[in-house]
Amino acid sequence: MGSLFTPLSWNDSGLILAGIWNTIVISVVAIVIGTILGLIIGFIRSESNKTVNLILSSLLDILRSVPLIIQLILFSTFVGAWGYPLEPFVAGSIILSLYTMAFMSEVFRSAFESVHSSMLTASRSLGLSYWQTVFYIRLPIGIRTVFPSWLGVALSVIKDSALVSVIGYMELLRTSDQLISRTQQPLEILLGVGLFYFLISYPLSLYGKHVERKMAL
Amino acid sequence: MDYQFHWNTVFQKMPEMLEGAFVTLHVSILSMLIGIVIAVFLAIVKMNQIKPFSYISSVWIEISRNTPALFQIYMAYFGLGAFGIHLSPYVAVLSALIFVNAGYLAETFRGGFQSIPKTQYSASKSLGMTNFQSYWYIILPQMFRRIYHPMTNQFVWSILMSSLGILVGMSELSGETQRLQSLSFRTLEFFMVAAVMYYIITKFVLISASLISRRLFKGEI
Repeated sequence: MGSLFTPLSWNDSGLILAGIWNTIVISVVAIVIGTILGLIIGFIRSESNKTVNLILSSLLDILRSVPLIIQLILFSTFVGAWGYPLEPFVAGSIILSLYTMAFMSEVFRSAFESVHSSMLTASRSLGLSYWQTVFYIRLPIGIRTVFPSWLGVALSVIKDSALVSVIGYMELLRTSDQLISRTQQPLEILLGVGLFYFLISYPLSLYGKHVERKMAL
Repeated sequence: MDYQFHWNTVFQKMPEMLEGAFVTLHVSILSMLIGIVIAVFLAIVKMNQIKPFSYISSVWIEISRNTPALFQIYMAYFGLGAFGIHLSPYVAVLSALIFVNAGYLAETFRGGFQSIPKTQYSASKSLGMTNFQSYWYIILPQMFRRIYHPMTNQFVWSILMSSLGILVGMSELSGETQRLQSLSFRTLEFFMVAAVMYYIITKFVLISASLISRRLFKGEI
């Protein structure tokens, strides 16, 4: 009788590539949506008074104080119980985007607040309207200041996207988990997976440090 | 929505949930304490460029910062099996958290230390302080102020990330919740209670940290 376990072969590369692709897709979706939402909320937070800020920050705090894994399980069970079960990809994207949003809003709030008020006075006195000031002055200058921290959040989202596996999305780590249970070769597979994450994350983090150093000068 | 909530099942299991929460707390405290000790070593070795160790320190820091925590837990739980090392879920999660904490905190310590101007050291030496005195009374207190908040965040991060124990069958809060919900199928209720418990734990930690910091750092510089 043949063994239950078959060793790793080249046929598995398709599976791994699919896993890599899925990881990239969900990370990009979460980063894009999270950035847009975070930008909006960050703007609202920098423009509003203390009460609104307190309400918003305590809502966002929930997203940051509950483990992502619990949020994912809770959300996907909740929509299921509600009668509208979602695909793992959709449910995962929603939660991951909201989670990203919570961190991004903080980044963009400091972006808007980093622009000195004399700049705003100057641009308004040059005849720019309120929204022109926002789009041509505050946004470009602010985003440049917070780019390193934006990159840091984006990198952590790529790493956190591994957790979406818990609701059944076939991203890289879940794929490798399944391969491990079939091939019983955990070390080779895991080292490959780790290398993939490292190769994405390390150059970007170096670039972030480089930008940070350049701006500090 | 025609879902019947059954909170009684959860309340009956409350002692077990609290036990899980206790495990979550002590695994994160332990990982933090051991992580700090290793991080101090890594940071010192990296700053002083002590040759063979500084490479290990750099590799450790970069790997821990650039790979997902889940990967590290899998590595500790499944990967080490290839070397004949079989860790229990608890030890696997603990060692993965220690690994990450040490890597992140080493960078925090290094940054905190380098943010103190060299003139502080020279000034304390010229006032006649010994080497130990200038570090103990001048450099370290200032450094501690700067790394206090990053350290608190790292601690909260450990609490949240210990929830990954659910994937390797550890019986911390999430793992315990997973086990209990599989017995009763009240998934939603159990995980809602778990989420609230996590929220309370992290809020408790953050609030007490800020209260402590208010006492510790009374005189602002």
